[in-house]
Amino acid sequence: MSIYRAHILLPVDEGTIQAGVAEIKRELEKLLKEENLQDEVKILEAGTSGVIGKGVLVIVYPDKVTYYNVQKHNLKCLISEHIIKGRVAKDLEYSLEGDQTGSIGLGRIGLTREQPRIVLNKCWKINPESIEDALAAGGYKGIERILSEKIAPEDVIHEVKKSGLRGRGGAGFPTALKWSFTRAAEGSEKFMICNADEGEPGTFKDRLIMEGDPHQLVEGMMIAGYAIGAGKGYIYIRGEYQLSIDRIQKAIDQARASRLLGTQILGTDFSFDLEVKKGAGAYVCGEETSLIDSLEGKRGYPRIKPPFPANSGLWRKPTCVNNVETLSNIPEIVYNGGDWFRKFGTEKSTGTKVFTILGHVEFPGLIEVEMGTPLREIIYNYGGGIKDGKSFKAALVGGAAGVFLSEKLLDVPMDFESLKENAAVLGSGAILVMNEDADMVSMLDSVLHFFAHESCGQCAPCRIGTHQLLALMSRIRQGAGEEEDLQRMLDISNTLFDTSLCPLGQSLIMPVKSALDNFKEDFLNKVRHSEN
Amino acid sequence: MTRSDILEKYPKAGDNLISILHDMQNLSEWNYLSKEDLQAAADYLELPFSFVHGVATFYTMFSLEPRGKKVIRVCQSPPCHLTGATEVAAELSRILGIGFGETTPDRLFSMEMTSCLGVCGVAPAIMINDEVYGNLTADRLKEIIAEKRREK
Repeated sequence: MSIYRAHILLPVDEGTIQAGVAEIKRELEKLLKEENLQDEVKILEAGTSGVIGKGVLVIVYPDKVTYYNVQKHNLKCLISEHIIKGRVAKDLEYSLEGDQTGSIGLGRIGLTREQPRIVLNKCWKINPESIEDALAAGGYKGIERILSEKIAPEDVIHEVKKSGLRGRGGAGFPTALKWSFTRAAEGSEKFMICNADEGEPGTFKDRLIMEGDPHQLVEGMMIAGYAIGAGKGYIYIRGEYQLSIDRIQKAIDQARASRLLGTQILGTDFSFDLEVKKGAGAYVCGEETSLIDSLEGKRGYPRIKPPFPANSGLWRKPTCVNNVETLSNIPEIVYNGGDWFRKFGTEKSTGTKVFTILGHVEFPGLIEVEMGTPLREIIYNYGGGIKDGKSFKAALVGGAAGVFLSEKLLDVPMDFESLKENAAVLGSGAILVMNEDADMVSMLDSVLHFFAHESCGQCAPCRIGTHQLLALMSRIRQGAGEEEDLQRMLDISNTLFDTSLCPLGQSLIMPVKSALDNFKEDFLNKVRHSEN
Repeated sequence: MTRSDILEKYPKAGDNLISILHDMQNLSEWNYLSKEDLQAAADYLELPFSFVHGVATFYTMFSLEPRGKKVIRVCQSPPCHLTGATEVAAELSRILGIGFGETTPDRLFSMEMTSCLGVCGVAPAIMINDEVYGNLTADRLKEIIAEKRREK
């Protein structure tokens, strides 16, 4: 193995692919060869760097300088200045103007920033399509520890309990408790399911976790399967995420070839295998019982609970469903211990959280920070603040089923408890930032359109209520609304909360109430204007 | 690849229905599931036709009507809405001369509305078959469509 003096990392995700990362790679290879540097500098394709919407990114290691919006004609300068002379290519210097090429030293944005990171630790440092890379970076050491030290399943659950890990899909249910229910359930055949049906608007963390470090999820599934006593696991990925599907499938194939999946894993009695299932476009399938029905090949309708999946899930067998991010935390927890994990985050919301930050911010993208990091810090330090010198108006936190927060709540710590105290939710971890020009009436209208489109139609309150809300909203938007309509919207949303079968209908009260409470003037202006 | 090649790839278990429908639709030049496709899946998996029809109509990625060769999904979720999805949809509609749920007369393009595609960092975004296009402007849209027309 040769030793390289520098590495050029090329993050490959949907954003950089469409900006032409493949062509940049070919050109870089050509230029390095021309300079006879191909044995000194290695080009690596990596997962996302967390910086999105800034064209092709080129990260030079070990200097950790990120160049963004890199064009083919910039590469000569980048190589002659940075690679040969060893200094940041000044001509490509960081600039906030338009789409100009820029560089950022010392990792200030996205995942290039230095900070405690668990889920995305390997994400942009390894080639996600190589199991050798994953192994070299410490992949599969969690399951290896369990099997070589013969740690009992109950003790694995105990360690996860000690960590305080809570579900990262939105509800925040303690992971160890969920596992122990499935472990304790009667039945010899049990199933482990990973919910990768990420559909909450503004959320793309699971996609990038899967695309950046698929082996970590495979290992998380193995450990979860071991803990609950399942021999088979399914990763249900939404149909629109083709790159995620391909990379997870590749990781499974490689793990199987390395005998990390299959029978008698690492020479023990533990057998476990994984299968990818592709969704076909239905937001409601993010709800765990709908997902189970969809996985069985049916319409994805939510089931009536109880019985809960722990006792009666896939094919009515005991089943545990966990989110991608939750499972991706597991290998490190098992390897480093629950106490280590507790060092991050707050007392009741332990560990880190992956957020997607988007909308009117300078640097949209993906970040992982400790639980309890204030919203202001996320928006201004990580997101680079509001774009075009405008001021902050609102943030929709937690996706469409989330809440509209006003400036008053900018300092709220982002953890389960603090948000709950402020009538908000952590949800999926999406933070959609809106500037002073945003029309809140129009934004709520967009949220309601989403729900009306995605209501599965099984239960009447949600099927009818979502459309009633939309009709009221469109009346208000057209200037024909009255002040009482606002109360009517709250009443309908409350009824949906009380009577809907699943969280889809139950959660409309969150965006509706928060928009009407925190941005009342916007709505009153609209209805008062119409009365004049 | 024929319809029966697809079926033979899968064990006769009901949980393979959605995968089978995906493959059949991909095989179809017009991006849709015909009555014969549904019947073949139903026969193979020993499921009632009505059940298969019910599944195919539940999911937005499946269509029972012939569509264009290239299905353009326009994201209408809040993040894209905030960054100009309405204008993108209007512009696309103007370029193609069709609205949501319609197909161009040359059967090259269909236009559909979709919920969040999970590429919000480059909003507003569309997806053409399996490819994502983001940071859209009117000019960029024109280029993309012209490029797709050349590809045929």
